[in-house]
Amino acid sequence: MSAPGYSPDEIMTVTAARQLVNGAVCFVGIGLPSAACNLARTTHAPDLVLIYESGTVGTRPRVLPLSIGDGELAETATCVVPLPEIFAHYLQRGRVDVGFLGAAQIDRFGNLNSTVIGEYAVPKVRLPGAGGAPEIATYAREVLVVMKQTPRSFVPRLDFLTSCGYLSGSGARAASGSPGAGPRAVITDLGVLRPNPETEELELAALYPGISVAAVRAATGWPLKLAAHVESLPAPEPADLAALRELEARTREAHARPIRISVRN
Amino acid sequence: MQLLPLNEAIAAHVRDGDSVALEGFTHLIPFAAGHELIRQRRRALHLIRMTPDLIYDQLIGMGCAVRLTFSWGGNPGVGSLHRLRDAVERQWPQPLALTEFTHAQLALAYSAGASGMSCGLMPRHAETGLEHLPGTPLRMVRCPYTDAPLTAVPAINPDVTILHAQQIDAEGNVLIRGIVGAAREAALAARRVLVTVEERVERLQADLNAVVLPSWLISAASVVPGGAYPSYAQGYYARDNRFYLAWDEIARERAGFTAWMERHVLGVPDHAALLRTLGVAA
Repeated sequence: MSAPGYSPDEIMTVTAARQLVNGAVCFVGIGLPSAACNLARTTHAPDLVLIYESGTVGTRPRVLPLSIGDGELAETATCVVPLPEIFAHYLQRGRVDVGFLGAAQIDRFGNLNSTVIGEYAVPKVRLPGAGGAPEIATYAREVLVVMKQTPRSFVPRLDFLTSCGYLSGSGARAASGSPGAGPRAVITDLGVLRPNPETEELELAALYPGISVAAVRAATGWPLKLAAHVESLPAPEPADLAALRELEARTREAHARPIRISVRN
Repeated sequence: MQLLPLNEAIAAHVRDGDSVALEGFTHLIPFAAGHELIRQRRRALHLIRMTPDLIYDQLIGMGCAVRLTFSWGGNPGVGSLHRLRDAVERQWPQPLALTEFTHAQLALAYSAGASGMSCGLMPRHAETGLEHLPGTPLRMVRCPYTDAPLTAVPAINPDVTILHAQQIDAEGNVLIRGIVGAAREAALAARRVLVTVEERVERLQADLNAVVLPSWLISAASVVPGGAYPSYAQGYYARDNRFYLAWDEIARERAGFTAWMERHVLGVPDHAALLRTLGVAA
């Protein structure tokens, strides 16, 4: 097979961006979600409202931030609000349409672990922890998950439940009183998984060019089911790829700029 | 409010065994003050911070802390905090007890502390393992009006909250601009408040609704230009994302970390000297 002309990260980012509808209010995490949201904003969804958990509302960064609180996010925001306000008045109050999450582990019902690998008390790997993820998973009207697909990350059983997807499925999440609808799609470097309408178990719903069902199954730690119709996604549009590469080039240049501080006293 | 050199402010107001919150959400992280805690070899601190960031990685690795209360402990956009991981996974240089919340819960705990409440309330999450950890201070209660399940988060009242800010005026009032995080709540919840600032001005150029801490809420303040570096101060200097990327390698191994701290923190008298050794001072 010849090289496809794009990287797995690129098709994952472009596919995630394409899930976003113009005008939606998005609660954005750092890394790939941030790249996808800003790509969407600079291409098909110019009126996307981006909220970062640092309290920057309606931000339009020209370069991708390294952290959720880079100065670029504040300078280009509609407003900057304190943390208790962003979590209580915006997220918890139900003013966010789409929450974007990643994690170290996901299970077949879209539940997420970003806390520990191994036992909590004696972890093999201590991960960063919850941050805003449990509230985003609970209160956003819907959630998009972006993760590379490997048997180590797509696991039969989470080591720790940090943020809820569909819990045990078949309506368990709704019965728990969670206001948001849960993960609408899991976008990986191989394709897209979506919940079965009845059982809420994640199923393979779309494949990238040149990726086989067998390859996706091999990268999944549970027996992955297929959706009623498995879509074949096209390669990313050249315009989307160009916009993403431009954004990343601007970002690299900005992050390499040396900092100078005037030390008067 | 006393205006003091930073070493005197830390010596006078932070004791071994204190609970200490160095706040500032990515922005305005009080690195200079944290380094002074390390130079003065404070011990047995209970560190509180939503995002421990590099400064707590340094304090933990240098043996200053026995407990950490936090909600997200990584190097933003880069990966792990290796010293925090080493303390939790291998008890180096000493065991570190954890109290872990979500961002929303910890922000609420500060707000409750700032309000003189014993706890804050929020709707109960669908389900998260955080609510079932042994020793978690979270409690499930019922709303007295609707009977809805709620999560109670106990108030946090640090012995000392330390902030970095842009400006202090002639009366000692302090202005914070840009991403404010939970800095104001953490300050109002604390028993003592220390502030470092970029500069002293005659009068603050502050909008009517700006975040200003009146001088009478502040125990001591110090003028420390660049005091948030490698974090940033909006309007003064940007976040040194290159340093955040470099820290991943510096802190990965114990020996490299210790050597870096000895050279750049213990081996210099103050923050201006640290900025010079890093080639950042202009």
